[in-house]
Amino acid sequence: MRQLVIDFQKCDAGRNCDHECEMECAIKVFKVDDPAQAALQIKAYEEGGGHAILCDQCGDCVVVCPTEALKRNKLGVVMIDKKICVGCYMCIGFCEKEAFMRNSDWITPHKCTSCGICVKVCPHGALSMVEVPEPAPRIL
Amino acid sequence: MSQLVFDPSKVMSIDHTKRTEYLDGLEAIRAAHKVLKEIAYTPSLPDKGYTNRSLYVNVDTLEIKEKPVTQQMKDVFIGGRGFGLYHLWNAVKPTTRWNDPENEIIISPGPVSGMTQYAGTGKSLVVSLSPQTDIPIDSNVGGFYGPLLKFSGFDALELQGKSEKDIILFIDGQKGIIRIEEAPTDPVDSHVLAEILTHMYAENEADLPNISVVSTGAAAEHSLIGMLNFSFYDRRRKCVRFKQAGRGGIGTVFRNKRIRALVIRGPKVAGDMNHPADPETIAKTGIKYHKEIRENDPHQCMMRRNGTAHIVEIMDAYDLLPVHNFQFGSHPDVHKIDSSYWQQRCTQVTVDGCWYGCSMACAKGADGLTVQTGPYKGHLVSVDGPEYENAAGLGSNCGVFDPDYLLELNFYCDTYGICTITYGTLTAFVMECYQRGILNRERTGGLEMTWGNAKDDLEMMHQMARGEGFGKIAGMGVKKMKEYFIQQGWGDAQLINDIGMENKGLEYSQYMSKESLAQQGGYALTNKGPQHDEAWLIFMDMVNKQLPTFEDKAEALYYFPLFRTWFGLNGFCKLPWNDVVPANNSEQPEAHKVPEHVQNYVDLFSATTGIKISKEDLIMQSAKVYNFQRVFNIRMGKGLRLHDAAPYRSLGPVTKEEYESRAERYDQQIITEMGLDPAGNTTEEKMAMHRQWRTGRFSQLMDAVYTRRGWTLDGVPTLARLQELGLDAFPEVVEVVKQHL
Repeated sequence: MRQLVIDFQKCDAGRNCDHECEMECAIKVFKVDDPAQAALQIKAYEEGGGHAILCDQCGDCVVVCPTEALKRNKLGVVMIDKKICVGCYMCIGFCEKEAFMRNSDWITPHKCTSCGICVKVCPHGALSMVEVPEPAPRIL
Repeated sequence: MSQLVFDPSKVMSIDHTKRTEYLDGLEAIRAAHKVLKEIAYTPSLPDKGYTNRSLYVNVDTLEIKEKPVTQQMKDVFIGGRGFGLYHLWNAVKPTTRWNDPENEIIISPGPVSGMTQYAGTGKSLVVSLSPQTDIPIDSNVGGFYGPLLKFSGFDALELQGKSEKDIILFIDGQKGIIRIEEAPTDPVDSHVLAEILTHMYAENEADLPNISVVSTGAAAEHSLIGMLNFSFYDRRRKCVRFKQAGRGGIGTVFRNKRIRALVIRGPKVAGDMNHPADPETIAKTGIKYHKEIRENDPHQCMMRRNGTAHIVEIMDAYDLLPVHNFQFGSHPDVHKIDSSYWQQRCTQVTVDGCWYGCSMACAKGADGLTVQTGPYKGHLVSVDGPEYENAAGLGSNCGVFDPDYLLELNFYCDTYGICTITYGTLTAFVMECYQRGILNRERTGGLEMTWGNAKDDLEMMHQMARGEGFGKIAGMGVKKMKEYFIQQGWGDAQLINDIGMENKGLEYSQYMSKESLAQQGGYALTNKGPQHDEAWLIFMDMVNKQLPTFEDKAEALYYFPLFRTWFGLNGFCKLPWNDVVPANNSEQPEAHKVPEHVQNYVDLFSATTGIKISKEDLIMQSAKVYNFQRVFNIRMGKGLRLHDAAPYRSLGPVTKEEYESRAERYDQQIITEMGLDPAGNTTEEKMAMHRQWRTGRFSQLMDAVYTRRGWTLDGVPTLARLQELGLDAFPEVVEVVKQHL
């Protein structure tokens, strides 16, 4: 399956960039001018370094979705069908990585779909798409 | 108790999509339907939880009309059970009985029902005059009917009258059509009927989850213990499943009205259909709760793995599991039907909520059961649960420890339309009567009702469904069986009355209350009869030891019936309240109330309706409806102290074997609680000491609870209490009370 990964050897958690990855995602994917709504969030630690909140396509949300609105596409990426989703947010509550997000203006939640838009704009080349085996569904 | 660890490698590999199908006759059944009445209406969505419209249908005259939901109804009765009681009060007279045409069945979901962001928010409340108790019964049920009714335009549905033909009421909330159809050839039993009707009224496969069916089965036609199945479509199993409005015989009323089914086709559900006042608070509260389930449930009750069956072994370990008609509290074979078995037997790779967004997901399912007896012998079926009540009631209480037979009993109760709790308790009574010679093979028409004889147990149920033999007698319920056995001169009247576990005509649910004074009151001092919907205190009292003093118990019998009533006013399920708790709950003041979750409910109500309430307001909302229901009972000829009396089996040891099974505990109580010396006394003498002490203690509890509730010592709400609650605005209510002061 296709997975977005970040290399913190290269990413400095936004200290020397303009969070281009978040901005590009917010504008191009979600059509909002607010990086806080991006499906990828880079957080810097005060003591140095940082971490990223991003979806690794583990599929836990697919298991708990009551409407089967979440399914893997041909690339193994977990996609949400907004027409089926009933906005229960179990996907958000059950995501251990806290990568499923919501925006107060939308009923349906959202997350990273490994589209790769952010990869192209990272000034440090810290983001990349990789192909990894799809994990077996977990009993949750 | 050590926490059971879930081992996914032991889960049985069963194809949960495989089962016997019943769709072959669909077209012929559809062709036989005849439209008796059809009207067009304008569907509407709720505003802040209310549609402000109520639907009335008379199945005799075919009158279909709308009634407004008034501000007074919302202020005093809130919704759900409150609306049901309000409509029923206006429909019946003190002389009305369950089978009179004016009796109604009211279904109301409540203002919060239909929310998709918090667990346990899809409930409907069903209210009717009960054939078992002759007073109002209310039942809290999952499935999709209630929320889809509201999203089709109605806060409540009133069904009145008695049809001469079998009919189906169809509400199409997408197209705005209400139709009464004659249904002459429809199948009778729920698992067949609901599957056919779901496919008949859905326009395509994507429409299947928008259909919900309310139905019952063959045994509801020949017994007083019929229940209603509320369906929901399980997308993963690709089948229709049920939750049950079980207690009190509403399914019997349904068939007495010749209603074959209610079918609703609601709009496609979305996350904002209640149009809540503050969706942001609802979203945040829901997500917080989902996280709590993810983090805490695997270390607490494992509701997602086991459902309510997780407490079978806990009840057994604490000597509280009903065994052999509530005689004993544990059994060496319980491990065969405890949660270590059910978590292997129930399908685990699926979603088991009975409404969208229920992360607690306790509606477990045992798939791939091949039926061994009766009309569906050889069929491959899925069985919901089993829930704790079914494992205890159909299982240990009757000595049935074979899990496949237990599942089959559960399956037939569901499809025949009878309450598993009631059936379990009445069968346990029959078996004890058989053990003690009150019944024998001749009197049962050949049934050998020995402990654990599941084959004859099932045959009794099949007889109930056919309206034949001893099964028909058993289907009258424990109260009427007691009267019948005594009238026939088949045994000692006191023994029969002592061991028949009913109060107000309703059978006890499956907790042994003998050693828990709080639960004795929790069962008997109830509005509708002994169930654990109002006051499930046994766990707090006996397992968590949170109610140590007499005053604590009396206070709990004030607070919890009111707190738990509130779930039924709003369309909430009770289980998410305390079947998982925040990790720091035990450090909170009044931990047994789960204060953070109570605040969640306050917030969810306020955020839905826009009416800001506090925790104290929540209790006051319930108190209005609870006291109204008490007065309703008095109006119908019950509801006084004498009607709250408990069978002695629920208070103490009736027989020598029972005493001797706990002799050490009971002897010690004679010393510490009664200040007497058991030495030199026979078991019979010691039993007499206990009887005097236990009945006296129960009577004292009644005094304390009635006083705390603002009632007279005869159990009548005082005029001052009615005024405090604003119920003096209803002159008829005041009149009923005045006659008893």
